[in-house]
Amino acid sequence: MQIDQKEIAAYAQYKSEVKNLSFHYGAFNALKNIDMVLHDKKITALIGPSGCGKSTFLRCFNRMHDLYPGNRYDGEIILHPDDVNILASNVDPIEVRMRISMVFQKPNPFPKSIYENVAYGLRVRGIKQRAILDEKVEIALRNSALWDEVKDRLHELAFNLSGGQQQRLCIARALATDPEILLFDEPTSALDPIATASIEELITDLKAKVTILIVTHNMQQAARVSDYTAYMYLGELIEFNVTDTIFIKPKNKQTEDYITGRFG
Amino acid sequence: MAEESQNKLVYAGKLGYSFRRHLHERFIETFLFLSAILSVAIMLAIIAMLLKESIVFFRQVSIWDFLTDTQWTPLFDDAHYGILPLISGTLVSSLIALLVALPMGTIIAIYLSEFAPFTVREIAKPFLELLGGVPTVVYGYFALLFVTPLLQIIFPELPGFNLLSAGLVMGIMIIPYVSSMTEDAMRAVPMNLREGSYAMGATRFQTAIRVVMPAAFSGIAAAYILGISRAVGETMVVAIAAGMQPNLTWNPMEPAATITAYIVQVSLGDLPHGSIGYQTIFAAGLTLLLITLVFNIIGHLLRKRYREIY
Repeated sequence: MQIDQKEIAAYAQYKSEVKNLSFHYGAFNALKNIDMVLHDKKITALIGPSGCGKSTFLRCFNRMHDLYPGNRYDGEIILHPDDVNILASNVDPIEVRMRISMVFQKPNPFPKSIYENVAYGLRVRGIKQRAILDEKVEIALRNSALWDEVKDRLHELAFNLSGGQQQRLCIARALATDPEILLFDEPTSALDPIATASIEELITDLKAKVTILIVTHNMQQAARVSDYTAYMYLGELIEFNVTDTIFIKPKNKQTEDYITGRFG
Repeated sequence: MAEESQNKLVYAGKLGYSFRRHLHERFIETFLFLSAILSVAIMLAIIAMLLKESIVFFRQVSIWDFLTDTQWTPLFDDAHYGILPLISGTLVSSLIALLVALPMGTIIAIYLSEFAPFTVREIAKPFLELLGGVPTVVYGYFALLFVTPLLQIIFPELPGFNLLSAGLVMGIMIIPYVSSMTEDAMRAVPMNLREGSYAMGATRFQTAIRVVMPAAFSGIAAAYILGISRAVGETMVVAIAAGMQPNLTWNPMEPAATITAYIVQVSLGDLPHGSIGYQTIFAAGLTLLLITLVFNIIGHLLRKRYREIY
């Protein structure tokens, strides 16, 4: 697995660098020696068959695995511009999650009002001033293209929204705290095609503001939204390149077989 | 494909009415229905009995006197039939018990559900459940012979029988019910909701308080209602440790009787069946039933209002 030399020269464009990352669930080696980069303000897609470790990889970025006992990271994920390895044991996972947000597979709004759902991350950070909360909530809802639909019922329970709206609410919740990286774990797999289209459009718009890493099992989705694509298989990163290259002329035979549907 | 056709099960029958299958289903259905109706029937029978006997009582004592008289002395020559002293005893002891049981039960549930490592939980839970298995008469003597003397060190003028000691011990007794049900409700909250909270940078405590507890609200409300019903209906602890003199007081440092303690006292005595003194226990029992009913209705409304939706 080689990263293009020209791109290494363009170091400053990287939001994050993954160096020799391995991950173990107990004795199971789920990720094997992954090297990759996240380009700043670009969308990087992770594709691969079920069980290839793409969600596991994604969840390393916000240290989600720390919630469960028996998990182990090896290697580094460097976050720029700090040049800090966010997997280091002296880095508090909560600090990492304050800067790297995540949107889940199934919409998971909290049992609170629409407003409080979006304000959640700010409240957790101790922000209480109404004016700041109001402003941040509105901006986040506008950025997630939900504002016009919910502005008159901000204090209704979030569960009253449709599935697609709930997922956009979860995106607003993640955006409200101005994250540097936004992680998406198959964000449209529980949604209908229309809601999926609107989420994809939203993700494309968001890259102006934030670096995005998205896991998807839908190759068309990866091709539509992402700038860079990584193909993973059995815990290994098989190929990582500009999305067009991956989909038009992949260098690796395995990638080509997967892309063309001969496998997976 | 060839193998498959060989092993194919012949399952199809005539397209008609299967009397045997129908009868079998009806039999099962009837059995389930009877089982369900039995508990309802018992409940109705209890209410009918209480009403019937209470009517006899209320023919001789007006409801107005019953609700407003400040003395409860049905066994004295100068008989008074005011339920208020018994209600005050019941409410004060229950309130003390709930002040212990609800916060403690909730804190224990939060710890066990959100913080405790697997091994701690596996050890702590059986112990808590054991606490719920101790006979209430043991708690009664624990209150009278251990907790009251202990409290008398702090409050020297505390009488030997008092509501405070009975209420505190009753609270300890109820903790396992509250904590176990609250924990079950919290553990039933799906993991993806917790992960959503953690992913926003929340701590374990913030997640427990701001996300898990609101999501588990209806289960927690049910746990609280059960705790309240247990406190109001508890008999042995208060009968032993709070004294048996009906006493219209809101002061927990005084002895007093609760409704249940009074019923026990009278039913153990040698009052002739059918006498007015004997009928009082049904009126008192009906009052107790109405009090628990009110709490249950409140709980039901709360649950309906904040239905669990994930």
